[in-house]
Amino acid sequence: MSTQLPQSPDRISPRQQGNWDWRAASNFIAGGSGGGLLLWSALIALQGGDVRLLQAAGLALIAAGLTCVWFEIGRPWRALNTFRHFGSSWMTREASVAPLLFASGLLALWSGEALPAITTGVLGLAFLYAQARILAADKGIPAWRHPRCRPLVVATGLTEGAGLLACASVVAPALWPVAWLLALLAGVRLLAWQRYLAALNQDGAPAGALKALHRIDAEFRWGGNAVPAVLALLALATATPLLAAAAGALAVIAGWRCKYTLVCRAAYTQGFALPKLPVRGRGKSGAGVKPGWNDISRRVAA
Amino acid sequence: MKRYVMAIDLRRCVGCQTCTAACKTTNATPPGVQWRRVLDLESGEFPDVRRSFVPVACMHCANPPCEEVCPTTATKKRADGLVTIDYDICIGCANCIMACPYEARSIQHEARYAYGDQPMASEAARFDPDRLGVATKCTFCKDRIDLAARTGQVPGRDPEVTPACVNACISGAMHFGDLEDAASNVSQLLAQTEHFRMHEELGTEPSVYYIWDRK
Repeated sequence: MSTQLPQSPDRISPRQQGNWDWRAASNFIAGGSGGGLLLWSALIALQGGDVRLLQAAGLALIAAGLTCVWFEIGRPWRALNTFRHFGSSWMTREASVAPLLFASGLLALWSGEALPAITTGVLGLAFLYAQARILAADKGIPAWRHPRCRPLVVATGLTEGAGLLACASVVAPALWPVAWLLALLAGVRLLAWQRYLAALNQDGAPAGALKALHRIDAEFRWGGNAVPAVLALLALATATPLLAAAAGALAVIAGWRCKYTLVCRAAYTQGFALPKLPVRGRGKSGAGVKPGWNDISRRVAA
Repeated sequence: MKRYVMAIDLRRCVGCQTCTAACKTTNATPPGVQWRRVLDLESGEFPDVRRSFVPVACMHCANPPCEEVCPTTATKKRADGLVTIDYDICIGCANCIMACPYEARSIQHEARYAYGDQPMASEAARFDPDRLGVATKCTFCKDRIDLAARTGQVPGRDPEVTPACVNACISGAMHFGDLEDAASNVSQLLAQTEHFRMHEELGTEPSVYYIWDRK
């Protein structure tokens, strides 16, 4: 299959989607972090800790994300229609988790009991997973539908949650041992990122998507995962909450930047392709074309 | 059971955009919104260069990803194969736009007119506020298909019940009909020709077939 770029500006090649902007990205950014934070807070609650401030922060993040996306939709006063398609839409499922999560979260805040805290944590994980599945179901965006995007989105949400916990150790020093969790998750996220990027390069993706992802590659790999992991281990070795907090802040910022890039910068459409060119007159069929894809993919990877 | 499909003979399409114009006229889509358009694709290297014209629109997939992700059930697949949008239910979340691999959908958040802020008389007469803030796309001229069900006419054969783009095509490249009917024009045409569907590897099972050679 030929891979030449078309000369025509007629929207043939993949192009950056323009319908989801920072407001939609904010839902994935804040919602993912909030879900991760609620999950890890639940684990601390299991050990008898009072995690109500952390839970409040997690709920506030998710609420902020949903508010942002509410401002993005075309008919916001019909937002309740979102609940109508539980059978197959992950957006409905995400929306359906939200009221349960807030009810459970408010109960946990009011009672301070472990059981609602754990329920809230599990629902936070469900919210995060639903977000990953929303992207995966969007077949029109190759960078999202790739099977390795889903683990990356979940991994970064969990890492951000652990990062926020580590940040909180500045004001709650008892939390600094979560640095081990942060170090572990930063490693997992790094692995998920590398596997995702390698697979996209291998399988092919729109050139613009690869460029956008490669633009943050080094910074995310090192500044967002390797350095936080090392800092977290140093915090453990030296029992320094401040180091853990710094590691957490780096991991959170990197995760947010990664998701913003994924939703707003790397979200290129499929574009158009012809597996066969039509026969004209007495001529022969030409080789197929898929503008904006493979050759650029390989060049960027190289 | 019927399954309406479109067969487009790429060997015949000359890229005149008459189908595009017919669609805009019939459906009164605003500036910047094209439910149907014709791609002009240049490929190859000098001296072996080619130019192909590819009419595209909603593919009315048998397995529509837009329907699957729609959180509101505004997008539905009918028994006859048409994929529809209920403007009264859609919230304009754009999830369907992200799910469509054919860039067939769009959302217009505010009214736009051809010449500035004020509509021409024809635009004012046909302005539909229900279409603001919701996803819109090619309907396969479903009102005509529905008319056929009442009158007994045959889409693809009788112009009154055939999509406007197919009626308008000057080169006879576009055909419409019932794939389940072995005697229909599209069934016979597809039986005689080599064809493909766009992005078949994605499993969407589009209802638009592109003919590229005879058998």
